[in-house]
Amino acid sequence: MQYLEGRKYVVQAIFLAVALVFATRLFYIQVLDGSYKLAADRNTLQRIVQTPYRGLIYDRKGQILVQNTPVYDLMVTPREVKQLDTVRFCQLLQLPIEEVRAAMKAARAFSRVKASPLLQNLSTPELAAIQDNLIDFPGFSIKSRMARSYNTHTLAHALGYVGSITPAFLEKPKYAKYQPGEFLGITGLESYYEEQLMGRRGVQYRMVNVRGIEKGAFRDGEFDTLSVAGQDLHLSIDSELQAYGEMLMQGKRGSIVAIDPKTGEILAFVSAPMFDPATLSGKGMGNRYMELLNNPERPLFNRPLMATYPPGSVFKLVNELVAMQMGVVTANTGFPCNQRLVRCTHNHEYPSNVGIAIKQSCNPYFYQVMRAAVMRGRSTNRFEDARLGLGEWRRQVMKFGLGDRLGVDMSQEKKGLIPSPEFYDKRNGFHRWNYRTVYSLSIGQGEIGITGLQMANVLATIANRGYYYTPHFVKSIGQNGPLPQFRERHTVGVDPQHFEALIPGMQAVVDSRGGTGNLASLAEFGISVAGKTGTVQNPHGDDHATFAAFAPAEDPKIAIAVFIENAGFGGTSAAPMAALMMEKYLRGNIAPWRKRWEFWLQGPASKFVRRH
Amino acid sequence: MPTSPARYSRSIDWPTVLIYLLMVALGWVNVYAASYSPDAPVNPLSSMGFQELMAFNWFKQILWIGTAIVLIVILLVVDYKAYDTFAFVLYGVMIVLLIVTPFIARPIAGSRSWLEIGPVRLQPAEFAKFITALAASRYMAGINLRQQNFRDQLVLAGLTLLPPLLIIAANETGQALVFGAFLLAYFREGMSPLILLILAAAGAILILALLVPKLWLIGAFTVILGLVFVFNTRVLRHHLLLALSVWAVVIGMVFGVDFFFNNVLQPHQRKRIEVLINPSADPLGVGWNVTQSKIAIGSGGFAGKGFLQGTQTKFDFVPEQSTDFIFCTVGEEWGWVGSITTIVLFMALLVRIVYVAERQKSVFGRTYGYCVASIIFFHFCVNIGMTIGLAPVVGIPLPFFSYGGSSLWSFTTLLFILLAIDAYRKQDLERY
Repeated sequence: MQYLEGRKYVVQAIFLAVALVFATRLFYIQVLDGSYKLAADRNTLQRIVQTPYRGLIYDRKGQILVQNTPVYDLMVTPREVKQLDTVRFCQLLQLPIEEVRAAMKAARAFSRVKASPLLQNLSTPELAAIQDNLIDFPGFSIKSRMARSYNTHTLAHALGYVGSITPAFLEKPKYAKYQPGEFLGITGLESYYEEQLMGRRGVQYRMVNVRGIEKGAFRDGEFDTLSVAGQDLHLSIDSELQAYGEMLMQGKRGSIVAIDPKTGEILAFVSAPMFDPATLSGKGMGNRYMELLNNPERPLFNRPLMATYPPGSVFKLVNELVAMQMGVVTANTGFPCNQRLVRCTHNHEYPSNVGIAIKQSCNPYFYQVMRAAVMRGRSTNRFEDARLGLGEWRRQVMKFGLGDRLGVDMSQEKKGLIPSPEFYDKRNGFHRWNYRTVYSLSIGQGEIGITGLQMANVLATIANRGYYYTPHFVKSIGQNGPLPQFRERHTVGVDPQHFEALIPGMQAVVDSRGGTGNLASLAEFGISVAGKTGTVQNPHGDDHATFAAFAPAEDPKIAIAVFIENAGFGGTSAAPMAALMMEKYLRGNIAPWRKRWEFWLQGPASKFVRRH
Repeated sequence: MPTSPARYSRSIDWPTVLIYLLMVALGWVNVYAASYSPDAPVNPLSSMGFQELMAFNWFKQILWIGTAIVLIVILLVVDYKAYDTFAFVLYGVMIVLLIVTPFIARPIAGSRSWLEIGPVRLQPAEFAKFITALAASRYMAGINLRQQNFRDQLVLAGLTLLPPLLIIAANETGQALVFGAFLLAYFREGMSPLILLILAAAGAILILALLVPKLWLIGAFTVILGLVFVFNTRVLRHHLLLALSVWAVVIGMVFGVDFFFNNVLQPHQRKRIEVLINPSADPLGVGWNVTQSKIAIGSGGFAGKGFLQGTQTKFDFVPEQSTDFIFCTVGEEWGWVGSITTIVLFMALLVRIVYVAERQKSVFGRTYGYCVASIIFFHFCVNIGMTIGLAPVVGIPLPFFSYGGSSLWSFTTLLFILLAIDAYRKQDLERY
């Protein structure tokens, strides 16, 4: 049997071979291949994100505008649904049977074991109606969350709305932390201050067992973070003034922007036509959004920020200030009302100084002011002279915050347009244009475009005699005041005495006999309004009416710009509307005998147009 | 007891005992970890009633270990000759038990294989292993294998195959497969290596038939056989008939695989083999066990997550975690270091058993020693193999590690009968 003893080595070799295979395999799966660790974490670690309480929004008087209320989503876990009595279920929910079937199908397609929403945004009363009966329908559950609710029917454009995040948003790096199905500010202040309103998410890592049952915190919560509630926004909006402005603008298209010139705080921000902010929240929000989107009046269009119009005669103020600063004219410079240069709409006395010119809104006068500012004789070639002059002029004009975004705390702002020499080079050809080509700019017509907000800001600048603070809606984030850029004073490079020279003319527009803006007078209350009317030529229809003003002239507390589309001459409609707004803000209410102006301003814009 | 206790004690193979104790201790630590619930941590020293403690596997395992030690003493005290003398009697009793068990046992976990005697549950199949090993060794010692007596070989084969057939009838296929391990012991005692080779080849063909398209396999085999004939014409002349029949058998096997797979194997057994070949075939069914087991072991890393820190085993991702899948806890909490320690312990034990077997003077003792080594090796192979996805899921325990009285007692008996025989080897005359 001796030869068989060698077989013990064979047997032991077989043992060792298996041990080696096991050791190698174990080394591979335990040490080399990291995927098993990831799989283990996926198995047991559940990341629970706590959505923080979204910040509230208050108006300048501390009145709450936007708050959070609980809403409920009816969730369904398809696997747990047993013998659904669809007819009774639909009666309970008051939903058409097809809709429930489609939603169930979608839920099944999403996951059979995970809950997905069947019906979203149920209010508390709606929930109460179904909650008790829900016990008869296994597989259905209620999930509560916070949603926006509104204490105001106004200010929809500025507030913006909150909606669930779209796939397009999710791809942007800025929204990397958001999960599908989360809610965020889509437009307006809700969007601009998303970071502050949102607060900080809390994340908890929970360990779960094989049945998904929580087994406590991961490493005693070492990696957990608490959620931090969003900060409240304190708006500078005066909600009474806002509501009043929206009431006045009913049935019209246009905008009103009122600013506190001393701080740049926006007091009222009316975009007409308007809608109730609650439209874009709660059950059926998607359908209502589509209705607004498809409305031919375009209520979603944020006019004060996005509609750029030629400013009309209001721009003459900027034109005059720029020319005075250049030293080419003084307050006492007179120009003839030469109708051959440009038609003058008013029949008036000789504009022997800027006061008369402004009061009468004399087109030829400002034609000649701008010509003096542009045609400086820098070149013997009058084309080149116009080119150089316009470039210089434009640089100065843009310091008023025109032709570029002001940087208001809202993202949809348009730049407007102050045309550059290059603009005309491109359109007309190099040295193929001169002052005669661009003169309409002098009276705020032609290629120039500015927004309602920019116009209000120009008036605030004049009210401040040469500087402005960037207009903004939020005067304080929590207790921290506004964003730092809104505390920064912007000077426009025009000396205060030039403003002092101009303002009496603007007061005359309103308060002296025959001024174009007489209807804006608040002289009976001892308030001196400095303003300027404007009529914007509109090639598509009736002219747009504008009026821009500030008051009181000597210690301005409000600067306002009113645009009413297709309402003709600015003095007829825009001026009294601005006056009512200023009266409301400065005096707190409207004197009873002035209520007739409210009546006068009601109705469509076409009633103000004088038909010849 | 023929000699004084002190002398007797010196003749016990203490290295084996030491390895055994180490394994049982490590096994208990892992059973404790596997049955530990982080929700309701139990202080082992707390004053709990016996009944309450009996709800915990780790506590029951202490009882099993205690009784196993009592068992060891009894095994070592019993005259070694009893194992030899009563081998066939025990075998007869065991066969009877295996036959009657399915009729008198209550069904537990789908099989009627557990006998209940008071509070103790025993699985006769567990004890069939060492009793068959004893009987086979006894028979082996009585025949002269050099004569290659075909009748003797047939009897031996029958002796070995009868218990597993009865066990299969009781629906415990995993336990039955263990009897394949006897081949390794018989090989040492003179069985033709051809049998091992043919079985290995048959296994390889079965696996290949599942992995590779059948026609390729047949084509490749035909080409190889053809090449042998081309280069060695002598073989062609002398063994043509044999070669052709081998060829026919192989083709039959290749096509028979499907039949075997679909008609002989039960659906759950089929699944287990499918999962082995393609782990993603049934990720939530049978594949779940293997996948989760691999995740648990794989996530242990080099040094492991630490005692009681395993998440996969704690949170029930791994099934049967204190019995058949105990190695997952070892791998997850002690990492590669722990796994290797376990493997090294097994290797040390197996090599030591072979050493002990080889120093036996009797064929009975040696054969029995090899049977012990082979049985433990088979459990080691299949159990660890299944947890790391190298073997199909077969419900057999990891010796000395897995929770359970029956398995601990049966492996202890298996091992310590050998030590008892070994301790007396000096007195053991070559009687045959």
